[in-house]
Amino acid sequence: MSRVFPYPLLIASLVAMWLLLTSFSLGQFIVGLAVALVAAQGMAALHPAKPRLRRWDLIGKLIVTVLYDIVRSNIDVARIILQGSRRPNTSGFMTIPLDLRDPTGLAVLAVILTATPGTAWLDYNAARGTLLLHVFDLVDEETWYELIKTRYEHLLMEIFE
Amino acid sequence: MSHIAELPLWASVLVSIFLLIGAGLTLIGSFGFYRLGSFYDRLHAPTLGTSWGAAAILIASMICFSVLQSRPVFHELLIGIFVTITTPVTLMLLGRAALYRDRAEGNPEVPAMDPPKGVIEQGAAVDE
Amino acid sequence: MSVAILTLAVTIAQMALAVAMALAMVRMMRGPRAQDRVLGLDTLYVNSMLMLLVFGIRTGNTLYFEVSLIIAVFGFVATVALAKFLMRGEVIE
Repeated sequence: MSRVFPYPLLIASLVAMWLLLTSFSLGQFIVGLAVALVAAQGMAALHPAKPRLRRWDLIGKLIVTVLYDIVRSNIDVARIILQGSRRPNTSGFMTIPLDLRDPTGLAVLAVILTATPGTAWLDYNAARGTLLLHVFDLVDEETWYELIKTRYEHLLMEIFE
Repeated sequence: MSHIAELPLWASVLVSIFLLIGAGLTLIGSFGFYRLGSFYDRLHAPTLGTSWGAAAILIASMICFSVLQSRPVFHELLIGIFVTITTPVTLMLLGRAALYRDRAEGNPEVPAMDPPKGVIEQGAAVDE
Repeated sequence: MSVAILTLAVTIAQMALAVAMALAMVRMMRGPRAQDRVLGLDTLYVNSMLMLLVFGIRTGNTLYFEVSLIIAVFGFVATVALAKFLMRGEVIE
């Protein structure tokens, strides 16, 4: 079973994408399934590290948190840009030591931090586990530290480790 | 624009609101990108356009075509997922390239390189 | 009534996106450094993708959706290749 369907989630999303791009009919489903199976075989030949998910139930919470934060930081960054040069420049670099070690968890954290306007992931030192960030509104370094540590890293460690 | 006459009033109001939010956020993002002083500041500005700027316009498009074709149309989700996944990748690569170039030139405004990376630990991880 | 509202909104949105594209292009030409130009190109790609989606709403044609998907893919590949080039000085190692 697992030889024919090596990556069930990948196959399901590829079939869904195929159906969305063409039309919802039995014929397209069969063609899409064939393409997805070939693609999954190709993926299996690469032997990628399989991510392990510990807590499925927390993913919804993570998505809601991230969407809310993206809306909030959109408004913050738009306000700062519109204030123009009347406002002193408050951007800066900061370094955060991370306890998260799982590669998938780190990748998700990178996507979250970069997709949110206001923070940009620049460099991660794997040996020391430190992360170099650029923050657009670095008034209080402690607040950002708390936000990333407690809001995201804690949740990601519960999901992935 | 004859097809617009087929849209009911509530749908056209919703589509208009989402269109204006999306286009406005994208404009603010590009304006910030044009105006801000340093590259690392400018790195933040286009994310306005790619996060909720794109999402709002995609939602407007979804509502518009779902009402017009009187069936749920949500293939715009594909663009949304694609943009959400690819934007961090490009921004992270660009940020790291800029950091690398600035460090190579010895620009004092960027933080210096960390002490040598643990080559031994990384080598051990590969051997497994 | 609904035609008037939507026509106005689409026109304003297209004008805003056109200005956004122009701003990204000015930054792309000015630089000052190569990474600014690459980021400008990426912003220009995203803005033109959104512009095509608004065109789709204006004309009621779903064909524009495919075009903007392709533009998004091209923009991603172009920016990744250019960022790689900035980092190493060559695209294929």
